[in-house]
Amino acid sequence: MTLLSTAGLTRKFAGLVAVDGVDMAVEVGSVHAVIGPNGAGKTTLFNLISGLVEPTSGSIDFNGNDISRLPVHARAGLGMARSFQNIRIFSAMTVLENVLTGLHSTITAGVGAIVLRLPGFHRAEKTAVERARMALELVGLSSKSELLAGALPYGDQRRLEIARAMAAHPRLLLLDEPAAGMNPAETSSLAALVRRIRDAGTTVLLVEHDMGFVMDISDAVTVLNFGRRIFHGPPGAIRQEPAVIEAYLGKKMAARLAARKDGQKAIAP
Amino acid sequence: MTYPPWLDDFLWTYQNVIHALGINGLLALSMYVVLAVGQLSLGQAAFMGLGAYSSALMTLKLHLPFFVVLPASCVVPALFALAIGVPTLRLSGVYLAIATIGLGEVLRAIYLNLDVLGGALGLSGIPQRTETWMIYLLLIVAIAVLWRVGHSRIGRAMEAMREDPNAAQVMGVNVQRYRLGALVASAVLAGVAGALGAHASNFIGPNEYGFEPAVTILSYALLGGIGTPFAPVLGAWILTLLPEVLRGFSDFRGVFNGLIIVLAVLFLPNGLLALRMKRRAA
Repeated sequence: MTLLSTAGLTRKFAGLVAVDGVDMAVEVGSVHAVIGPNGAGKTTLFNLISGLVEPTSGSIDFNGNDISRLPVHARAGLGMARSFQNIRIFSAMTVLENVLTGLHSTITAGVGAIVLRLPGFHRAEKTAVERARMALELVGLSSKSELLAGALPYGDQRRLEIARAMAAHPRLLLLDEPAAGMNPAETSSLAALVRRIRDAGTTVLLVEHDMGFVMDISDAVTVLNFGRRIFHGPPGAIRQEPAVIEAYLGKKMAARLAARKDGQKAIAP
Repeated sequence: MTYPPWLDDFLWTYQNVIHALGINGLLALSMYVVLAVGQLSLGQAAFMGLGAYSSALMTLKLHLPFFVVLPASCVVPALFALAIGVPTLRLSGVYLAIATIGLGEVLRAIYLNLDVLGGALGLSGIPQRTETWMIYLLLIVAIAVLWRVGHSRIGRAMEAMREDPNAAQVMGVNVQRYRLGALVASAVLAGVAGALGAHASNFIGPNEYGFEPAVTILSYALLGGIGTPFAPVLGAWILTLLPEVLRGFSDFRGVFNGLIIVLAVLFLPNGLLALRMKRRAA
């Protein structure tokens, strides 16, 4: 079953086609990676899906709804959450308050209930704090809930971003380069976390440059180059795909590799 | 309402200052509401003027009782806030600030040129209907409401969108609606403050609601800070009392205000009361 699909999704920036007619389908319950060289359009694709950038043409379907023109905040209400490539936590707020912000659309108390401190307000806040603490536990930040988010070390800030996104139990979690700047130990604990998230029922779509990480956790991979989709399939098949090798290594190297595989001497063009 | 004799004496002697402290406190809160969502408005004086003129007309021409006039004084400012907010708040940056400066100047020209509004002479003979307790009751209610709203999902959303509007949207915060709501709330506060001021002072004129008072209102919040609703009120009280204490220098009032803005921005980026509000009820 498909959770998210794009059809002919295109975004142009003043002459540059950042995303060019991309068709993609993300299956429910999978970890789906989007890879590609720098400037391939991966982050623009993420911004299109989360609504921060409007498509020039094409459509996005999420859980049976056409969300191509839906405002950003409404997509959160449908069960979509994301992290950012450059960490964007609310640094002047505490760790717990950051995660509570991620629960914004699940807290139903209105202005009247808030001002009059009606029972509904207290109930909603209490439930939200409980859910926020669960999300912090998921990423291992329980002991730091009252610290200011800006004071956390880099790795913790990344995990806080994931906790904030996960607090509302989204259907789809978008992770933009979650392993960037992490050492091998942190990366492997991140891989375990992503698996836990998937096993708890959230589909994960991620952009990542760390190929070991991608091969390790992905169920499906989409490769972009110059905004176009050049591959779509299981991670194991990527190595055999000439277009992908060419995108990463260049035409010359791809030809040499192909020639070597055929048992012939490489011929320089 | 009757007060004990000593209090009555005190209130009589310092009535103008006591009124100004409360009214300027309300204006500081109206500035706070806008700054708290990460926007800059220079239209607080304009909203105050709309409240003052509309309420004075209701009293002078329609002879309505004050308990009708006071709540109704927020209607016109709120409508203007909607009209200005809907087109400008989609855009980030200084558009609201520019639009609100424009609003203030356009309104000043209208007050000057419409006979029914008294032209350059303004409106005089406004009956004194404002009681001290009304001003301070409204100030306390406004602080309490803003305090409670601050300790809720709305407060968290406001702080989040002040730090990073895009990230806040991704969290499901309808940033545009909150910005518009904040602007309307600020116009309501300023409008009520304007009505209270008009019915405390007998006279209102077009120059009381121009650019200079707008900057003064901004300096309340800059000096006090926007960490809690108390902070801008403290700023307003200091800046209201200072000219009274330094009466000899009253010609330099503008210089003092300017200096305080510069010093506050340079040395007190979070204001005098830099305490931050906890964003939870528990």
